Amino acid sequence: MDKLSDTLGRFGGVNLLPLALAAVAFVLIGAPSSWVTLTIAGLSMGMMVFLMASGLSLVFGLMDVLNFGHSAFISFGAFVAASVLAALGGWLDGGPMLAAAALALALIAAIAFGLAAGLFFETVIIRPVYRDHLRQILITMGALIVSEQIILAVWGGTPITVPRPPFLEGAWIIGDVSIEIYRLFAFGLGAAVFVGLMVLLNRTRIGLLIRAGVENREMVEALGFKIDRLFIGVFMLGSALAALGGAMWAGYETLITPALGGEMMIVVFIVVIIGGLGSIEGTLLGAIIVGLTANYVGYLAPKLALASNMILMMTILMWRPSGLRPAVK
Amino acid sequence: MTILSVRDMKTDIGQYAVLHGVTFDVPEGGVFVLLGRNGAGKTTTLRSIMGLWQPSPGSVHFQGQDISGRPTADIARLGIAYVPENMGIFGGLTVAENLILATAKGKFDQTRLRRIYDLFPALEQFWNKQAWSLSGGQKQMLAVARAIIEPRALILIDEPTKGLAPSIVAAMGEAFREIAQSTTILLVEQNFNFARSLGRDMAVIDDGRVVHCGTMADFAADTELQGQLLGLSV
Amino acid sequence: MKQTFGTLTVKTAMLVIFALLLFAPFLFQDIRALEVAARICIFIVLVASYDLLIGYTGIVSFAHTMFFGFGAYGSAIALKQMGPGWDAVALGTAAGVLVSLVVATAIGLVSLRVKAIFFAMITLAAASVVLVLASQLSQITGGEDGMTYRTPDLFKTATKLLVADDGKVVRWFGVKLNGKLAAYYFVFFTSLVLFLVMLRITVSPLGTVLKAIRENEARAEAIGYRVVAYRTFVFCLSAVVASLAGSIYALWLKYTGPDTALSFAIMIDILLMVVIGGMGTMWGAVIGAVLMVMAQYYLRDLMGAASEAVAGIPLLPELLAPDRWLFWLGIIFILLVYFFPKGIVGTLNTKGVRS
Repeated sequence: MDKLSDTLGRFGGVNLLPLALAAVAFVLIGAPSSWVTLTIAGLSMGMMVFLMASGLSLVFGLMDVLNFGHSAFISFGAFVAASVLAALGGWLDGGPMLAAAALALALIAAIAFGLAAGLFFETVIIRPVYRDHLRQILITMGALIVSEQIILAVWGGTPITVPRPPFLEGAWIIGDVSIEIYRLFAFGLGAAVFVGLMVLLNRTRIGLLIRAGVENREMVEALGFKIDRLFIGVFMLGSALAALGGAMWAGYETLITPALGGEMMIVVFIVVIIGGLGSIEGTLLGAIIVGLTANYVGYLAPKLALASNMILMMTILMWRPSGLRPAVK
Repeated sequence: MTILSVRDMKTDIGQYAVLHGVTFDVPEGGVFVLLGRNGAGKTTTLRSIMGLWQPSPGSVHFQGQDISGRPTADIARLGIAYVPENMGIFGGLTVAENLILATAKGKFDQTRLRRIYDLFPALEQFWNKQAWSLSGGQKQMLAVARAIIEPRALILIDEPTKGLAPSIVAAMGEAFREIAQSTTILLVEQNFNFARSLGRDMAVIDDGRVVHCGTMADFAADTELQGQLLGLSV
Repeated sequence: MKQTFGTLTVKTAMLVIFALLLFAPFLFQDIRALEVAARICIFIVLVASYDLLIGYTGIVSFAHTMFFGFGAYGSAIALKQMGPGWDAVALGTAAGVLVSLVVATAIGLVSLRVKAIFFAMITLAAASVVLVLASQLSQITGGEDGMTYRTPDLFKTATKLLVADDGKVVRWFGVKLNGKLAAYYFVFFTSLVLFLVMLRITVSPLGTVLKAIRENEARAEAIGYRVVAYRTFVFCLSAVVASLAGSIYALWLKYTGPDTALSFAIMIDILLMVVIGGMGTMWGAVIGAVLMVMAQYYLRDLMGAASEAVAGIPLLPELLAPDRWLFWLGIIFILLVYFFPKGIVGTLNTKGVRS
């Protein structure tokens, strides 16, 4: 048994889980073309969830702060992007260049909103309750209630349609496999963000500070760095990524309601619990596993889709109580 | 010349008063040793100086400036380095990353780096290894190296010999002697022989108060006092 | 404890609330007021059971509505399937309690060892899964629409408790002695008993241990208390009481659906009530439940008027609309947690106490 786990460890250990999952699903599904479609859907969903979850995980790792109001950034991102796209409706039909510009503006607006909201949240809401988990949970929950009410007041409770640029519509057909272009785009964007985050964390001084801070906050201060400033930055980055994730999700769903944030929050929580709080690689791993599971189970046994994630989480927690790839502490 | 002056420092942790009024002066240069039984308040004293616990106002002066109540990062920037008891190594970072983080500008000063290599050759050897994979002694070397990679006026070191093999303790002593020629070291130590071999001046803390101050030579000669203050049976 | 102005105020308020609830059918003779009174009774129990968990152990669960829902759905399904008999009530209530107990034990054992924050996340995830399941298994649960059913004959409005010589139902102080009255007093007295039991627990040795764990977990562990076991026990206890409260509510409403028994909005209500009233006091649950339920029923009317008054100013009318009352409660909630983390009762209790 030890030998087996050693061998597995050498080939990537827990990173193999998504592959194992895909292999099992391949056998169960039977039809290769459906399997490919589902796998791509799962990967792209995983990437969007990764965008939403990465900030939450980093903030927790660095500051031991868990923001239950994180889903507000997701919702705001979705609605801000949808509003910008709706306002620039004419550009979407004005050729690929204009449409791309509209899309870029929508995503930038979501990110900018996320940055500003993150700054506000960190300094006004969370700063006074550092190191007090009970009040932290309550206050961020209160902030979530208020944010949801603001969304309801501004955008109303009825579903809103999100226009997409024409070049992201439709699907490529290869043989009998059809691949939605938007999913590829979402996957590509998520992957690019992941690579960007990895470069930031591993190749820059700021990243070095963040990684050191996740491990030992006091020592970073004793070396002469103000961790509070670092934390504001990370919090804003995390909020912006959540808003970007929400914006992408809005384009994916094309019909959004204010309940979107709350629904995604459950998935995000499951992802960070599975992946291990505080680590970006763990979050990506968790997101991919959850994305794949949701799509495979959604196809094989639609009624079990949400419960499947819960079962997955429970199983993994029994096996590894602090998640698959927790940050070094 | 006094580099660090602690006056009637009181520190509460949560609802417990740990330091009831600690007073001592650290002269510039050499090694100043802080002795005391377990739980006497030595670590709390170092952490309070560093600003990691909040001491009573007006109680810590560094080079003439009042530093009590200032943020830890500012205190560090003034020129105080801290090597905590658990060494505070970033295990997920390499030896090189641990060191570069401790530099002010993100660049190494080659002469200082050379000096660290001379003091601790193991660090050069494991330069690109992740710090968690180092041995206990090597981690301690890294922690000390991190404190001297930038010029600092004062280094606070908390029980550096704890759990180390005798040969490494000896090497550590050599390194401290070398470092103390250009920097002041405030050393908390349980290992009395190690402390005696290094220290010039010393103080004893008991139950959150300084109960004895003097030179190491006098203290080392007075076995009765040692037995009374430290519970040593020689 | 010495009598102070603050504790005296709390005690007086308790007596007044008790008296008002006891005589509610006679004091407020309209249907809506009786609804409010019954809801207050049930929420006092629900919030007090939550306070047992959050106030006495310091752990935050987001699954309390889930247990409430287990109880409500247990009774509802039994009454729907077996017809309106007391056997159905007993069986449904027992089933709800059993499910709550099993789920609480499972969640507790898996996640109470780890950090408080994990527990909060895991309970949140579990609760939302149950919510989705309840709406998907519509053959059993009635899905989004919920289900209506008949309760035992005693609680029918048409039932006459006392019949006068002329065959009409007897009136006391103008109130008909009918099944509705019986139902209200059933709710009132079962809630009272549950509340007193919980009150008794908090002053028992168990309550002392729980406070010790909340104050200093490591120390309690060192003294030899098995912290995880105690926490799991309290979590189960609060789950069982919540489940019972759910069963009572199902009997009172004669309807059970996601909105009345399972939705996350109820969880938020509970949180608001416990924080507004004051955590760790039990009496706080009473104050919180009374204020919040009254607000839910009457604040909306007020806000409707306010919204019309500011018509024309951008965004303000939307924020003052009756549906947006949670916005204001959320802000009050945040301010309370910042400035009065002890809530109304906790703040009053310390008022006038000088050492």
